[in-house]
Amino acid sequence: MRLGSGAFAAGCVVVEVLGVALFLRGFFPAPVFSGAERQAASPAPEPSAGASSNWTDLPPPLFSKLVIMLVDALRDDFVFGSKGVKFMPYTTYLVEKGSSLSFVAEAKPPTVTMPRIKALLTGSLPGFIDVVRNLNSPTLLEDNVITRAKAAGKRIIFYGDETWVKLFPKHFVEYDGTTSFFVSDYTEVDNNVTRHLDKVLKRQDWDVLILHFLGLDHIGHISGPSSPLIGHKLSEMDSILMKIHTSLLSEERDTLLPRLLVLCGDHGMSEAGGHGASSMEEVNTALVLISSAFERKPGDVRHPTRIQQTDLAATLSIGLGLPIPKSSTGSLIFPVVERRPLREQLRFLHLNAVQLIKLLQENVPSYEKEPGFEQFKVSERSHRNWIRLFLEENSSEALSNLGAKVRRQYLDALRALRLSLSRRAAQYDVYSMAAGTILVLEVLALLLLSVPQALSRRAELDVPLLSPVFSLLFCLLLLALVALHGVVCTAADSSCYLCSLPWLAAGGVMVLISALLCAAMSALTGIFANGKCLSQNPPQCTSRWSELDLLSLLGTVGHVLSLGASSFIEEEHQTWYFLVNTLCLALCHQLCRNCFPGDDGAPQRCPHTEDECGRVAVALPGKRAGPERWELGRVPTDPASLEALRGPERWMVLASPWLVLACCRLLRSLNQTGVQWAPRPGLGHWLTSSDHKTELSVLAALSLTMIFVLVQKRCSVTSKVAMAFGLLGVYCYRAAIGNVLFPWQQDSKDISKGITEARFVYVFALGILFTGSKDLLKSQIIAADFTARTAGLWEIHSGFVLLAALLLRPHSLPVLVLGLVIQTIMTRFIWRPLRHSVAEVTVMHYWFGQAFFYFQGNSNSIATVDISAGFVGLDAYMEIPAIFLTAFATYSGPLLWASHLVNFLTSEASSGAALRHACFCYALICSAPASVYIVLVTSLRYHLFIWSVFSPKLLYEAMHLLITAAVCIFFTAMDQTNTQS
Amino acid sequence: MKDTDIKKLLYTHLLCIFSIILSIFIPSFFLENFSILETHLTWLCICSVSVTAVNLVLYLVVKPNVSSKRSSLSYKVTRFLKCCIYFLTSCFFFHVVFVLYGAPLIELVLETFSLAVILSTFTTVPCLCLLGPNWKAWLRIFSRNGVTSIWENSLQITTISSFVGIWLGAFPIPLDWGRPWQEWPISCTLGATFGYVAGLVISPLWIYWNRKKLTYKNN
Ligand SMILES: [Zn+2]
Ligand SMILES: [Zn+2]
Repeated sequence: MRLGSGAFAAGCVVVEVLGVALFLRGFFPAPVFSGAERQAASPAPEPSAGASSNWTDLPPPLFSKLVIMLVDALRDDFVFGSKGVKFMPYTTYLVEKGSSLSFVAEAKPPTVTMPRIKALLTGSLPGFIDVVRNLNSPTLLEDNVITRAKAAGKRIIFYGDETWVKLFPKHFVEYDGTTSFFVSDYTEVDNNVTRHLDKVLKRQDWDVLILHFLGLDHIGHISGPSSPLIGHKLSEMDSILMKIHTSLLSEERDTLLPRLLVLCGDHGMSEAGGHGASSMEEVNTALVLISSAFERKPGDVRHPTRIQQTDLAATLSIGLGLPIPKSSTGSLIFPVVERRPLREQLRFLHLNAVQLIKLLQENVPSYEKEPGFEQFKVSERSHRNWIRLFLEENSSEALSNLGAKVRRQYLDALRALRLSLSRRAAQYDVYSMAAGTILVLEVLALLLLSVPQALSRRAELDVPLLSPVFSLLFCLLLLALVALHGVVCTAADSSCYLCSLPWLAAGGVMVLISALLCAAMSALTGIFANGKCLSQNPPQCTSRWSELDLLSLLGTVGHVLSLGASSFIEEEHQTWYFLVNTLCLALCHQLCRNCFPGDDGAPQRCPHTEDECGRVAVALPGKRAGPERWELGRVPTDPASLEALRGPERWMVLASPWLVLACCRLLRSLNQTGVQWAPRPGLGHWLTSSDHKTELSVLAALSLTMIFVLVQKRCSVTSKVAMAFGLLGVYCYRAAIGNVLFPWQQDSKDISKGITEARFVYVFALGILFTGSKDLLKSQIIAADFTARTAGLWEIHSGFVLLAALLLRPHSLPVLVLGLVIQTIMTRFIWRPLRHSVAEVTVMHYWFGQAFFYFQGNSNSIATVDISAGFVGLDAYMEIPAIFLTAFATYSGPLLWASHLVNFLTSEASSGAALRHACFCYALICSAPASVYIVLVTSLRYHLFIWSVFSPKLLYEAMHLLITAAVCIFFTAMDQTNTQS
Repeated sequence: MKDTDIKKLLYTHLLCIFSIILSIFIPSFFLENFSILETHLTWLCICSVSVTAVNLVLYLVVKPNVSSKRSSLSYKVTRFLKCCIYFLTSCFFFHVVFVLYGAPLIELVLETFSLAVILSTFTTVPCLCLLGPNWKAWLRIFSRNGVTSIWENSLQITTISSFVGIWLGAFPIPLDWGRPWQEWPISCTLGATFGYVAGLVISPLWIYWNRKKLTYKNN
């Protein structure tokens, strides 16, 4: 069977996506979690030497009522820093002089709301994969404080983020969930909570009240932590806190037990306003425990101490007289129980330690060797001695001394236990990871081995389906793999994902692995056979590499290798900017040489006649087939074409790389991204600050006009009109949601969600896309309708541009404009006159696409994903459109460059096989980093930054591969129409 | 091509390397607190001046290319002035390129410019000494198969290796090691210097090894 190399590459990438998905499933396992029955165990009794002490039931609660006031994205300095002093006077008073305990609670990455809520209530460390599940949060099945409280008959009331209602269905006697997805709204979300407050505080029929305020987080997403809106919101929160606190105090007199008010944040807020990664600003949250139990003497100054966020779950359980959640890795916040009698303190510490020891036993096979275990044994022993002394009523002096010692020992043991548990939080499903890696590496090998065939003039590949040798090999391999699978799954404790799959799906994976191996083997033998017959008549081709080929090879290899270092991943944009700049300089050099041949008249143009695939040839030294097979159907460079250029045209050609460089420099300072240089003020910050709304409006209007000018020249009249209306709609949408102003509109009016305007744009974008596909279909039916085909492709491109203009942040519109400018310049003055090969043009498009991904303001941390793009024009959260829109907005740079590549190659029409070659090169150049990165991540899985740096990048890489698969399928579809017409 | 030529080349290059080494050690006798990393700009100036001086002296002594027929004083002066203008132009050109590569536009202008000066010293000054202000000749040398003598060949090699050195020198900047040499533009200047020195060492050896294969049009 013969297969076009484009279709072959697309198939390969699809299989690779499957492999990566399998790998991801193994790499992000279900979090560490206690499998024991929830209600089975009775609380651990107090250790005792004799039979006399038997305090076996749980200690009584310390607090009668609990109010949790969770302010989303409450960074520590919003409360304890200068902002807190200025905007939260009541809280500051409580922190400094009142009866309160304050802490800086450290959240673990991913600093995203749902995993953080889970951490606060279960005390466990949610796995990284919870970020992905964040969008449709399932019920929390793990043991947690809320479920325990419900089981103990407490009445719980909740107001705030809807995530809670999804996590704890049927737990609340009364609730009002607010959807958190309209990030642009920051008043309604909180009013929804506060309007219930007066009523609820008057009533006495509840035990736990939970309030989750989203407004602060939304302000962060809209305008960052330095916005003036933050101050207003903090004052609002302060007054709410005061209201709750005074109400709690006033009613406390007629009860025996004090009440507890907890003010906490789920995560912080980065300097850009997002969250998700692990910078200090995102990790440090404020935690203030307020209760009359923490009263202090006048001179008692307490500074906020550092604790873990997971410690709250254990503390709340003890405070409410509940058992500690089973998978909690936190330790009791000791100052909370400091005022209790010593016997109770030790009892609490013992309960906490026993729970941690149980968790350790379940998750660590060699738990006896852990340092915490030994310390626990020692402290339990001294605890027993202390109880004996206590019951014998010895002198209080010795008793309290020994008690203090036991307490210290317990606290040390708890610290050690917490450390070893959090280290164990990452456990990998090695079997699924290995299967995924093998699949991905086989695909890469197959792609590399089929380079000579795929890039030949016919751009077709032989797929050996029924060769007897290989079918035998295939069957043998399959049998061996199935046997291996059986052995692994029966031997292991069946926690692997691959084993839990039904047999048919697991068998499919085995079939794929063995089929790919056979295909790679046959490609290898084919190459050896070719090499042998070539060595008999050595090839005449003594082609030299142009520096462009060398640069693309070195750049690709360098980029792939740089993925092994965490800082290079954090600053990956620097790599791409650097490479793109170097590419422009190399082009400049090439142009100079072509425009000014030397004095001696010797031919000096770069002789790239048949080294199109030079990049790949390194991987396959000596496997180059004859020149005729390498020809990509390109006319060799004609130096006269450049020398003949005279006057302005020639100077434009010479200036074009510099123009491109200048554009890149401008874009680079628009959005500062990465980690090290991200806090630097960029043009983007300046534009988005509320003082510069007019400038932003002018810029947006100018950009939209420019987009129209650049796109319209190759469109039909209908799509021109549709484009104009669409771009107008984009401006109206931005004005409606309050980003930009109309000239006649002096100050910002009421802000709406702009649903009508956005839908208006969608109609036009879809209309343009529809016209484009209609033209394409027409060109397919009416053979050789070349113009309809190119017009249709361009219309599809412009439809994408319109969609991107709607979804990108308003200050990022110049990215779109300059992208179109660069595409026009490069097409007109560089690719067309210099007649670069298909492979070179593809590599350049890919590089520019990657650079534009970062120009848009993206980075390799989860925090920069603009989730608000997923809700443009939707009035309720709809999962599939939201995911699609967010992905399109995030990857619009690479997608637009890929679609431009199709346009360019089709309009040039140098060879019928151009699109297939481009598709193959694109697939190869995208899958190389992904496959190598998977191997790198596997080897770095115990690295310190694995969760904060490498895992987000892995998700990005997987998503990029998925996008590549879509692009390759699009290429192949275009190619199919080509062959038929 | 004779072996004596290669020997001459080697000696001149060794002198250049020597001047760079001297620029590292000599100033510490005269200046207090002198070190490459801390008083980087001072070192850059000294290094640039000494390399320029050595290049000029060597050019006057060795005279690798056939001197032009006219050698009136006015001609020499205009030629010298032209050379100065070319040097300054190349400094500004490199500065612009660095800014395009992402060097800060307003802060650290002096640092960026001194990097441009040191790169011009390593690349433009030898070109000016050897070829004079004749940019057609420059273009000829920096395209394929355009060299006509071992001097030009070694010029090509040292220039390219300086560029490669400064290019590679930019790589450690994003790493979060927090070393003093990662500060802008220290790693780049060090990269350029190492590249230049490597080019000086490599070019005589490379020419010596390939002396059979190399054929120049003039000899
Ligand atoms: Zn949150
Ligand atoms: Zn948020």
